[in-house]
Amino acid sequence: MAERTATEIARAVNAREVSAAEMAEAAFARIAERDGAVGAFLSLTHDLARAAAARVDAAVREGRHLPLAGVPLAVKDNMCVTGTVTTCASKILGNWVAPYTSTAVGRLLDAGAIPVGKTNLDEFAMGSSCENSALQKTANPWDLGRVPGGSSGGSVAAVAAGEAALALGSDTGGSIREPAAFCNVVGFKPTYGRISRYGLIAFASSLDQIGPISQSVEDAALAYDLMAGKDPLDATTVDREVEATVGHLREDLRGVRVGIVKEFALDKLDPEVRAVYEKAYDDLRALGAELVDVELPTADYGIATYYLIAPAECSSNLARFDGMRYGLRVEKADVGATYEATREAGFGDEVKRRILIGTYALSSGYYDAYYVRAQKARTLIAADFARAFEKCDAIACPAAASPAFEFNAKADPVSMYLMDYYTIPMSLAGLPSLSVPCGYATPAGGSSPLPLGLELSAPLFAERPLLGIAHAYERGTAHARKRQIPPIAAAVAS
Amino acid sequence: MPSGEKAGGIDVAYVAKLARLALTPAEVEKFGAQLGALLEHVDALSALPVADVAATAQVIAQANVARDDVATPSLDRETVLQQAPRREGPYFRVPRIIGEEA
Repeated sequence: MAERTATEIARAVNAREVSAAEMAEAAFARIAERDGAVGAFLSLTHDLARAAAARVDAAVREGRHLPLAGVPLAVKDNMCVTGTVTTCASKILGNWVAPYTSTAVGRLLDAGAIPVGKTNLDEFAMGSSCENSALQKTANPWDLGRVPGGSSGGSVAAVAAGEAALALGSDTGGSIREPAAFCNVVGFKPTYGRISRYGLIAFASSLDQIGPISQSVEDAALAYDLMAGKDPLDATTVDREVEATVGHLREDLRGVRVGIVKEFALDKLDPEVRAVYEKAYDDLRALGAELVDVELPTADYGIATYYLIAPAECSSNLARFDGMRYGLRVEKADVGATYEATREAGFGDEVKRRILIGTYALSSGYYDAYYVRAQKARTLIAADFARAFEKCDAIACPAAASPAFEFNAKADPVSMYLMDYYTIPMSLAGLPSLSVPCGYATPAGGSSPLPLGLELSAPLFAERPLLGIAHAYERGTAHARKRQIPPIAAAVAS
Repeated sequence: MPSGEKAGGIDVAYVAKLARLALTPAEVEKFGAQLGALLEHVDALSALPVADVAATAQVIAQANVARDDVATPSLDRETVLQQAPRREGPYFRVPRIIGEEA
């Protein structure tokens, strides 16, 4: 039951073949069975789930149709849900209980989703492996000795392990797409400004975007259609009509031009990984797409640009954590010493590193040389994409250079930052971008093949064609379906 | 300009003061080395010709987003104060501010 997609669950609950209450209990049973090994959830919301299920079942009995009726939903723990402890996987928030619900979550709950719990992340969404969580370790359901990716590692692991049919993540430089690739699920970051961030605890405000994590592109489209659109509570949401994507998904790629990026040449990759991506490009062609060469000359500057802009914004956003109104306080003789001691005790190493680099990049004497220069580089990167999209409808490339890596494999911060090489340029340009399962490769030092993701990206607000192309690819290849139940199922059953 | 600039690196202790972080001496050393490595990486940007390029603050241009000036409900005071590390009646209790050195 828990391997059903959100679309399938909602259909069955609306048809009263199964109740939302039964779906909620099935999800909790699966979590009880598996999450000890996976560690996706920081907290479970039994009471909220049962109350939501009762409401959904009552509505369905009255003949109402709810697009997400009975769908177990996992929420990354940097999003507020009224009454839930919301941690950002940080010690600085203590046992802070959210007094309101984020718009994105609220829209899914209104559509009948069942909130089963809050998931682990790299502290304040800063990281690519979930190892920066101050609270818990999350393992990759495909190989418990490896990371799930990050920062939305808990949400992705929950969907991969069948603990939730749908999850929400947030993506600043790849935090939905890279873990989705590592765990063989679909992870979708819409256009910047398309989904409200009200109730998402901010990391880097010019980049942060909420998006769905699911077992199918169809499910991602369903959740996107429900969440997208203007929100008076988030002034950065765009006041522009949302093109529905459900009902507009493609079955083939005839007439579609897919750009292959010259600077992302596959010969840099491990041979087995390269073969998977070469096959993915061949599959796109076999489905009818015309592959065209495009150039992104500034793509190689993406990481350098991002690791100035994102920390600068982070240092400003995280200034609010001062121990005065909520969360941790380490009381000292005066307010300045209290700020410093609270932040020293409450933030982990990666958050401190980013606050420091951001503060430095914004400080007097360095602002123009670092921050403004990075903002100008960002203009060039976005312009490169605009030129590339004159020749193609979407761009295909790897979501990550390798399958999931082992714990502690990237102890050097810069080596971890390089994990986002393929996802950061799209984030800087604000583009809609997703990862869809595309095959398996055995990593260095590994014994069995692990998932890889194909990243597809499209022009601003081109969610409908993007999801359509991803759906055709998914249906045409069925990589996820071939080995949908990850080895965690066997591991906990034995 | 920051004082005590170290050649080729960040004066981490000074930046930490700006960022309100009471780093330990061991952290100053560790972060100094790590941030030095990151700065070497980001220095690649100096190769980009950006003199005549406009800066991008965010990609979806929006300006002066406003709403009607109408009062709407805000969070319940008691709910918010329950989260306070320390409170006194309907107030946040905070450490001494007046008399602090600049």
